[in-house]
Amino acid sequence: MAQETRNAYGEKLAELISENKNIVVLDADLTKSTKTAEAKKVCPERHFNAGIAEANMMGMAAGLAASGKTVFASSFAVFATGRAFEIIRNSICYPHLNVKVCATHAGLSVGEDGASHQSIEDVAIMRSLPHMQVFVPCDQYETKAVIEHVSKIDGPCYVRLGRGKVEDVYTEDSKFDFNKVDVLRKGNSGVVLFAMGLMVQEALKASEELDATVVNVSALKPADENGILELLKTHSRAYTCEEHSIIGGLYSLIAEIKAKSDVTTTVCPIGVNDTFGESGKAKDVLEKYGLTANHIIEVVNG
Amino acid sequence: MDINELKNHALNVRRNIVQMVYDAQSGHPGGSLGCADILTYLYLVEMNVNKDNVSSTNRDRFVLSKGHCSPALYATLHEAGLLSEDLKTFRQINSKLQGHPNMNYVDGVDMSTGSLGQGISTAVGMAIANKLDNSDNRVYTLVGDGESEEGLVWEALMAASHYKLDNLCVIFDVNHLQIDGDVQDVIGPLPLLDKAKAFGCNAIECDGHDFESIKNAFESAKNCKGVPTVIVANTIKGKGVSFMENNYAWHGSAPNEEQYNTAMQDLKEVR
Repeated sequence: MAQETRNAYGEKLAELISENKNIVVLDADLTKSTKTAEAKKVCPERHFNAGIAEANMMGMAAGLAASGKTVFASSFAVFATGRAFEIIRNSICYPHLNVKVCATHAGLSVGEDGASHQSIEDVAIMRSLPHMQVFVPCDQYETKAVIEHVSKIDGPCYVRLGRGKVEDVYTEDSKFDFNKVDVLRKGNSGVVLFAMGLMVQEALKASEELDATVVNVSALKPADENGILELLKTHSRAYTCEEHSIIGGLYSLIAEIKAKSDVTTTVCPIGVNDTFGESGKAKDVLEKYGLTANHIIEVVNG
Repeated sequence: MDINELKNHALNVRRNIVQMVYDAQSGHPGGSLGCADILTYLYLVEMNVNKDNVSSTNRDRFVLSKGHCSPALYATLHEAGLLSEDLKTFRQINSKLQGHPNMNYVDGVDMSTGSLGQGISTAVGMAIANKLDNSDNRVYTLVGDGESEEGLVWEALMAASHYKLDNLCVIFDVNHLQIDGDVQDVIGPLPLLDKAKAFGCNAIECDGHDFESIKNAFESAKNCKGVPTVIVANTIKGKGVSFMENNYAWHGSAPNEEQYNTAMQDLKEVR
């Protein structure tokens, strides 16, 4: 099966808002796209539209959280983390308020809308904020588990979600532990592929030919440093696969962990190479910018 | 509380503002002195806050959107008997009295502020929360006239009006000055009364140094149903200290010893 992670978010949020009277949902005129409209359907009295005013949406979220509410605030990743960055910093993260920034349409797979709407730096900037926890689920089942998980955390969280359908990696019965990285496949070639988001599927596709180990890193912060270090120690070459700038995202995370250890494993980035994206079908954009299984195979095989 | 008592409390607040900024040799005395009467009225008369409920959110709340006027907030909390921290630690290392207020360090501080425009936006969220909880508690926020140059202020006011937040009272502290000079010379945010009306608010004006006028404004706010109230409070930056009044140079600088002595002389008794 394939499903959009934003759809899974909408379904899970509708479930949570019905169960938990303390949850309030905010959106900025994108309820049908971010899928918070699903929560509005079941609980219109606790869903508020801020209009096209992402900064004020985040300020409202902070005020609601300062009054004891658990707030989910959604927009496209570019606007949620870019336009509203400083409000997230000063009014949500600094006072450690219980706001879940759940941003959809992250990465180049936004497709046709082009570079202005393709967020490639959201993980980098959210990861840099004290108190913020950062999650990037790879499929519908992990998305639902992440949303459940963040709803129980008392403090700010960022969840990165996508626009397009992605193949299932997990099943309805999968159990998740976000304190640990998830080794999805063990290979014998000495190559380990660390992946996040929709690049998990691409890494899995590439891994058969490469006989590589594949690791889903969905908790970017706090990250499972020991687990990552152990994987670096037991492999000779590591590659990071992300639909995000290679500056500040998964590559940076793995490289930071490696740099403070005595591990000598080489870490190579596969991601958006310090460039903006462009319009096109999601498949074509991902292909052009090297975010495919084939490109992973090419890079690993040198 | 009669007006003479209020004037005495406000005088103590002003003396502590000058003392704190002098001790720290850092801080924002001008705006703090200018809003001292409004804060005194809010904490000693208007809001249902006291020692027993200060650490709870189930009470009226105040967001100092112009967070740099923290000396006024700390001094007022102190005057109301709600502050346990020593004012002498203001802006010093390891102090809970941060340069700009932190809600997690001080019970009476209802929101961490400092970045202009954000406080009013968070106050809108608090007012919505009160509506959701069917609470009669009210939310007050003080916004500078210079601060109103931030677009977020107007995003927040649009939302307050749309969601009919009659439990929200926004006070624009109009002292006509900002760091770089007269607000009209810098970029021209005035008039605010007409803007607030255009945003659908109950917009009223008051003299921010006249307790009778302040009282009437807050009464109007409480009696107004269905829309938020915006009080345009006319104030004097540096009010009470002769050489600081209406002088933007005192936006963010500390007095030296001689200036401090003059200021304390000016603030010796109610005038």
